[in-house]
Amino acid sequence: MSMKTIRVQADLLATNKQAAAAIRGELRRRGILCVNLLSSPGSGKTTLLEALADRLKGRFRMAVIEGDIETERDAERIRKKGIPAWQITTGGACHLEARMIGKILGEIPAEIDFLFIENVGNLVCPASYDLGEEVRCVLLSSPEGDDKPAKYPQAFLSADCLILTKTDLLPHLPFDPARAAAEASAIKPGLKVFSVSALLGDGIEALADHFVEALERMRSGRA
Amino acid sequence: MHELSLIASVFDVLEEKAREHGATRVSAVVLRVGALSGAVPDLLESAFDAYKGGTLAEGARLVLEVVPVKLRCPDCGGATAREEADFSCAGCGSRRVEIVEGRELVVEKIELETDGD
Repeated sequence: MSMKTIRVQADLLATNKQAAAAIRGELRRRGILCVNLLSSPGSGKTTLLEALADRLKGRFRMAVIEGDIETERDAERIRKKGIPAWQITTGGACHLEARMIGKILGEIPAEIDFLFIENVGNLVCPASYDLGEEVRCVLLSSPEGDDKPAKYPQAFLSADCLILTKTDLLPHLPFDPARAAAEASAIKPGLKVFSVSALLGDGIEALADHFVEALERMRSGRA
Repeated sequence: MHELSLIASVFDVLEEKAREHGATRVSAVVLRVGALSGAVPDLLESAFDAYKGGTLAEGARLVLEVVPVKLRCPDCGGATAREEADFSCAGCGSRRVEIVEGRELVVEKIELETDGD
């Protein structure tokens, strides 16, 4: 018997990164802007998507991939808006991986403008997995507290955009949006910050416009 | 808790390398784990122990090398090591720093046993 040590230097996320790159390439080719939404459970991802569906209706077509550990509930909510939605139930896994998205890609209709992916509610694990998205948004709801960015830096570090949700509750809570935004921007300079109340519709127009601009930018880069 | 999924990728690498080198057993695995990688060293160890039974790495040691965060500043050219989630240059305070180390999740080295000489 003999022993030898070999240098490997294999990236554990390499397979995911390759799958994500393939998805990004295909979506760019098809002119679909993909947005990955990350947050804790209950911070308002599905409600935000419902509000965006209302806002974009008639002008743009969207599709949604819902990631949850169990149940079709979120996809059903989205379908009620007339939006095509696919539910991925991970059966316990705490995050979505690119290959799960890749399996659905062929079913996404050609005329779609936006593909929103609602990740599994978890502010930790999903941050490590590129899904081939063009824009990554982290949601932080006012009941969660404005001290979360520094506690979960990976999520904020990997994001392009911070969406402060449930602003309608601000009068009742000690949440300071400026503090949350400052803390997140200290981790990720240049982070775009939006404040929304999906229930009241506040701030949805600005956010939708931001996605539309990102779509146009991506498509003009393609041309 | 995505460490089990990461460890499954470690075993893909181990099996591939063992096959490539004609090895029958893996006796040690060295992983480099960035402080910002999102993976928790203790959980990687538990996941590795849970996974290795009945595999070619059954008796293998897992060695974790935690890689601290290292920043490079494009404004002053300085390098900063950080233990906290503070992404600013220690030299000039710039926040435009680039993270050069601390995100890795890498199988660095493995020790293989082969039958024969």
